[in-house]
Amino acid sequence: MNRGTAAWLFLAPALLVLGVFFLLPVFAGLGLSLTDYDLYALADFHNLRFVGLANYWDLLHRPLFWAALGHTLYFVIVGVPLSMLCSLGTALLLNASAARFKPFFRTALFAPVVTTVVAVAVIWRYLFNTQFGVVNFVLTHLGISPIDWLGDPHWAMPMIILFAVWKNFGYNMIILLAGLQAIPADLYEAACIDGASAWQQFRQITLPALTPILLMVGILTVSGYFQLFAEPYVITEGGPLQSTVSVLYLMYDQGFKWWNMGTASAVAFLLFLVMFVATALMWRFGEGRESVA
Amino acid sequence: MKPRVHAWLVNGALASCTALVLFPLFWMLSVSFMQPGEANNLPPPMLPLHPTLANYRELFAHAGMGRYFANSLVISTSITLLSLACNTLAGYAFAKLHFAGRERMFGVLIGALVIPAQVAMLPLFLLLKYAGLINSYWAVILPAMASVFGIFLVRQYARGIPGELLEAARVDGAGELRIFIQVVLPLLKPILVTLAVFTFLVAWNDFMWPLIALTGQQHYTLPVGLASLSREHVQDSGLMMAGAVVTVVPVLALFLALQRYYLRGLLLGSVKG
Repeated sequence: MNRGTAAWLFLAPALLVLGVFFLLPVFAGLGLSLTDYDLYALADFHNLRFVGLANYWDLLHRPLFWAALGHTLYFVIVGVPLSMLCSLGTALLLNASAARFKPFFRTALFAPVVTTVVAVAVIWRYLFNTQFGVVNFVLTHLGISPIDWLGDPHWAMPMIILFAVWKNFGYNMIILLAGLQAIPADLYEAACIDGASAWQQFRQITLPALTPILLMVGILTVSGYFQLFAEPYVITEGGPLQSTVSVLYLMYDQGFKWWNMGTASAVAFLLFLVMFVATALMWRFGEGRESVA
Repeated sequence: MKPRVHAWLVNGALASCTALVLFPLFWMLSVSFMQPGEANNLPPPMLPLHPTLANYRELFAHAGMGRYFANSLVISTSITLLSLACNTLAGYAFAKLHFAGRERMFGVLIGALVIPAQVAMLPLFLLLKYAGLINSYWAVILPAMASVFGIFLVRQYARGIPGELLEAARVDGAGELRIFIQVVLPLLKPILVTLAVFTFLVAWNDFMWPLIALTGQQHYTLPVGLASLSREHVQDSGLMMAGAVVTVVPVLALFLALQRYYLRGLLLGSVKG
């Protein structure tokens, strides 16, 4: 067996799986989004019609699509910076020379990342229960009137954001911690001798050194947060008053509840487009910043 | 600021963050051992007055949790073993075997990472439906049998294998498959453990695709089963917390046992390029 043949044989299983179960469906999805594939087509393929861009056109004129996009953007724009702040804050604490029991704290803070979203979302729904949840119990003791987390459209999304931050910040914390540990200690020693304050050291040494990692981590977190689905599915079922319907929730509802698979495919591609533009903009902006600094 | 005060502040902040982060998990465990109805008291009790296994008994006896657990175990284990095989073979080929178009093909795979998996879900459902595989274990296992992340991870690690080692084996007349099994696999062991833990955790925790592809209760995985139970038993907090414990404890234990391997994968995987 020559080496080229061996290489292809080694690659074959993985490429076959990725090709048949991922790349092919992606292209088929693009085609599907141009048809009116629905329950009737599912029953009899002859009912399928090509409709061009009609699905996209209809979606862009449907308030629910814009509402879902708005909720998702709200989740991303508030959730990502909050997550990153928590990740950076805990990474700085763990990296402090005064910190003790580091392995224990690191593991404990990371633990939520490996838990199952659905299971911890069930816990969350109980913690934030309006009548007998611990959160409202604590709030009442602090003199704040209880909040109807699950029933008030203004508070449902903030609750889901809190959940996502709690569940995810540990992931970036580990990456940022590795970045912090890679900064040479003599930079800080030199700054100390020059009389730089802790804040100045953070601004002048830590932050510039971390910028490339922060950018990468930020982009990955943004694309992850755009894919919001399990949290509203389990905690709020999209409610109250559809205030937590995300783009993927809409796709799931359209595709697998109402079997409007053409429309659902168009939703998926619109989400892909939005994600692509958002992350590309971040990339552009970040590159510009780095070359200046 | 005095060093002592500084140390107190840092450790105090760490301890309070940790307490806050661990509280929901502690609470889950505590409530899961409470008597029916006890969890719905106000103020909420911190610890069960009379610890009981009643919730767990109910889950396994009447709510089908045993079945979901077995399904999750079968599906996650199959995915881990099969994808480990596919990804290792491909990752090694991309790192060490020469063939036309290697770099370009790898570039295409990495480029495909920007496409969110959900874009493929609708046609994938139809494909598997026409193949008669929807609502079987295969509907979840087949699409997860290879991953770009896994291939990438193995490739990164395999690039460190010295080429002379492989050449020497070739000179001795060993075939490519034998070299792979006898020379390469032992060297890749650490990254294989990393990849196995990663894959198992992702497969166990996955929700959206199993929710779509497993339409009948007899095939539900733990997350899908738990989500469906939680819609029926909204008020039964004790039962739901026990369900969460059963779902979370296996992956948490696996992570704690193999933490070193898991975190290495996380750091390797995040260094793109």
